[in-house]
Amino acid sequence: MKYFPLIWAGLWRKRARTCLTALSIVVAFSLFGIMRGVTAGLNDAIAEFTSETRLITQSRINIIEPLPLAFLPRIESIDGVTSVVPYGYFGGYYQEPRNQINTAAVYIDEFLEMYPEFVLPQEQLEAMMRTRTGAIVGRDLAERFGWKIGDRIPLGSTIHTQRDGSSVWELDIVGIWHMRDERVESDDIYFHFDYFDESRSSGNGTVAVFMTKIGDVSRSAEIAERIDALFANSPNETFTQNERDFALAQIEQLGDIDFFVNAIVGAVLFTLLFMTGNTMMQSVRERIPELAVLKTYGYRDAGVAALVLAEALILCAGAGLLGLGIAAAAFPSVFEAMGVVPLPLPGSVVAIGLAAAGFLAFVSALPPALRAQRLSIVDALAAR
Amino acid sequence: MSVFKQIFAVTGMNLKSVPQRLGSSFVIVIGMAGVVGVLVAIGAMVQALGDTLLSTGSENRAIVLRNGATSEISSILSPQAIATIMNAPGIARTPEGDAAVTTDMIIAVNLEKKDGGLGAVAVRGVSPQAFFVRPEIELVEGRMFEPGLHELIVGRNAQLEHEGLEVGDRIELRNSVWTIVGVFKSGNSHESGFLADVDTLISAYQRTQVSSATVLLTSPGAFDELEAAITADPTLDVQVLREPEYYRGQSEEVQAILSIVTTVVAGIMALGALLAALNSMYTAVSTRAVEIATLRAIGFGSAGVVVSVLVETMLLAVVGALIGAAAAWLLFGGNTVSMGNQVSTLVFQVRMTPSLLGIGIVLACAVGFVGGLPPAIRASRLPAATALRAV
Amino acid sequence: MAAIVSIRNVLKGYSRGKQRVEVLHGLDLDVEEGEFLALMGPSGSGKTTLLNLIGGLDRPDKGEVVVVGERLDRLSSGRLAQWRARNVGFVFQFYNLLPVLSAERNVEVPLLLTKLSAKERKRRVHAALELVGLADRAKHKPTELSGGQQQRVAIARALVSDPVLLVCDEPTGDLDRETSDSILELLQLLNREHGKTIVMVTHDPKAAGYASRRLYVDKGVLVDRTMGAAA
Repeated sequence: MKYFPLIWAGLWRKRARTCLTALSIVVAFSLFGIMRGVTAGLNDAIAEFTSETRLITQSRINIIEPLPLAFLPRIESIDGVTSVVPYGYFGGYYQEPRNQINTAAVYIDEFLEMYPEFVLPQEQLEAMMRTRTGAIVGRDLAERFGWKIGDRIPLGSTIHTQRDGSSVWELDIVGIWHMRDERVESDDIYFHFDYFDESRSSGNGTVAVFMTKIGDVSRSAEIAERIDALFANSPNETFTQNERDFALAQIEQLGDIDFFVNAIVGAVLFTLLFMTGNTMMQSVRERIPELAVLKTYGYRDAGVAALVLAEALILCAGAGLLGLGIAAAAFPSVFEAMGVVPLPLPGSVVAIGLAAAGFLAFVSALPPALRAQRLSIVDALAAR
Repeated sequence: MSVFKQIFAVTGMNLKSVPQRLGSSFVIVIGMAGVVGVLVAIGAMVQALGDTLLSTGSENRAIVLRNGATSEISSILSPQAIATIMNAPGIARTPEGDAAVTTDMIIAVNLEKKDGGLGAVAVRGVSPQAFFVRPEIELVEGRMFEPGLHELIVGRNAQLEHEGLEVGDRIELRNSVWTIVGVFKSGNSHESGFLADVDTLISAYQRTQVSSATVLLTSPGAFDELEAAITADPTLDVQVLREPEYYRGQSEEVQAILSIVTTVVAGIMALGALLAALNSMYTAVSTRAVEIATLRAIGFGSAGVVVSVLVETMLLAVVGALIGAAAAWLLFGGNTVSMGNQVSTLVFQVRMTPSLLGIGIVLACAVGFVGGLPPAIRASRLPAATALRAV
Repeated sequence: MAAIVSIRNVLKGYSRGKQRVEVLHGLDLDVEEGEFLALMGPSGSGKTTLLNLIGGLDRPDKGEVVVVGERLDRLSSGRLAQWRARNVGFVFQFYNLLPVLSAERNVEVPLLLTKLSAKERKRRVHAALELVGLADRAKHKPTELSGGQQQRVAIARALVSDPVLLVCDEPTGDLDRETSDSILELLQLLNREHGKTIVMVTHDPKAAGYASRRLYVDKGVLVDRTMGAAA
């Protein structure tokens, strides 16, 4: 790297210009990192926090169409199924419909077995199994509302009503659970499906979805098909996916996020290409006599071109790396603000970012590098 | 020479030299085009989304939902509640003398999307009075559904998004196969879904209760009277909302998120464009140092120099903004965008509005001004003697 | 002594727009090893063109150019660059130092092309700076040096790879009389004490006076008006 001082010095010939260009590359790549990070990171989060050993069975018509609870033993009887839990979507809120709380009615003991990532002390689980109106509350949620074990909380539903017409259920907090992975928010409420089903005024004997645990992950597609085959051509046809596909489908329904992210990132990089290209062009134009001097001292044409390319590469890669670093630092909080687990910026984004920086350097420096290469010593020196 | 004449003369000279500095002038133009293009494209989408949802609501209508329900899909109304609504004051009358109320039931069905995958479509069962309550619904093809038959009409935007929604096609709902007999337009969110007869839909789904009731008021002012009458009986447990208020609530969250995204992205990009402008104007000033110094030497004031650099930067930025807006318009104008969740998909067309162009131009002027000022000041401070010696 | 430069029947012209300008018409020149040759003549006479041919910066349209034993008119531009790196040092009127590099870094530039270690490069750079009398200015940037000092740095750069031939184009053209004299004395010293063959273009007769031989170029041919000392 003996040429480094030469390249470095060329880069800083016009300090202000290089700083401004570097700064815009930093800005562009932090934007790139965060935007691509959000799309790539969502997939990472899904991969990390979902399991293909859990299947979700919903109505083929639409997820809001309920399924009969009577399906449960039929699914359970399928070979390879470990357990099946009914999931009653409650649509809960506390005090105001604005304070929405993800609340579900399930078979608590089997549900917790199915989700080993949930932690609930054994004695609290035992208390829960004894308490018909009991509920287990996520630790973060309990902290937010100042709830503790023994409290009785009124939980409203945006969907269901009780037999007496009220849409508010009184639940007794008997346990406080938390996620094994501390990064994940613990802010759901679970209570007994039986209590929920008996107390509601309509939809009794139905569930929103079934959750099925299977023993062998390689059989997930096969078992999903067998579940759906059980109910084919019935009024309640089902659609079964593993948990991961289910989550991916939900994101896909939001709209074509990837397209917008790519369009914006593309516009940013295109703009940047012009800026760096122009900077490199100007920088070479000003240094024509200097480059000619290098050639008189025996620097080959290709060598001088390589110096120009190396300059652009150092500028783009350095500033790009800094930008990606800023993105990496800011990313977990961006994700947290979106309500996703604060994961680190995916490595693939950094890799693609660096490749983009290299491409930017190459394309923007190519014309001036060629100019430097073709430069005739005699003409360049005469132009002085 | 007056200051203005000077400014005019120097600016003219500067602008004439722009063609010789095309490369660096381009940087400002393209930088700004990128910012405004992205701003206008996302802005147009956000605005079209809001317009589509908000235009579904009318000041002349009110909607009744179960208390606590945040949307029609999670609401149910008891027969007692419907009876109270029908007899409430402030409700317009149809020509036949019926109360102008439609009691709707919303269900959702997953259908194949044209670009692959499944998307949810809202199917709305409506009363015969619905077309008087919502006069914006207009049949554009085929005929109206017949109550009692499994027939429905589809919105034009739903047709754009999903496969197999032509007149004569069949759709499987719960327990039953329905025939598409017509296509309608409404210019609002209903156009993304289907309409059918509410009683036929309820019996097909073996339900007893509708989701919501929409009322045409005798006048917007009749709302209070209506609300008071319906909420007088607390056992009904219902809420009455002006329709625009309800739809604002539906779009609030997604619009807020998109606005933040737009602001952050456009803000970061504007910062980049600002750096680009600074960069090229510093270069412009330094390559023309001699020219500027000569002007100063022969007696031009610094104001002329400052203003001329500012005008040039701002002009280039505005040109860029226009190009960016035009590019966004050509690429995205009229595009169909869909946003969905598990129970419905909203389909709408992106429209460019003059206000977005205005915002783009104001932003360009601001970036041009801030980016042009420091180089302009440097230009005006160039010591004439040094600059001339630098030849 | 052997001829270090041998030019035979060289033709060289340039296109200026649509016009073709013939600069050198069938020129012959020999420079002996150890000579200090001054090329003089009016502007546009072709003396710089001739110097460029000798330095291997340019190739003739026709004729033979042999410098330090190599047929330059037959070398590819890559080989020519290699040849220059090994055999010639250049000194220009405007010094042509890289403004962002310190004096020592400037001097080191030609050595970067060699396989020498960093330590050896440093040693040679300092020897060269020592020779031109600027060892104490090694860390200074060109802008912090006077014109004469900058030209000394440029000479150190020309010397550092120990070429046999120094090619100087108006080396004192931008300097005052007193500084010029000191630069020319330095060149003379390099010629006499260190055995460098020097070819220098100048239009200044006083500068030419330091040379061991003077030739006049006029309208593209050599006019021998040798005066005084050794030929």
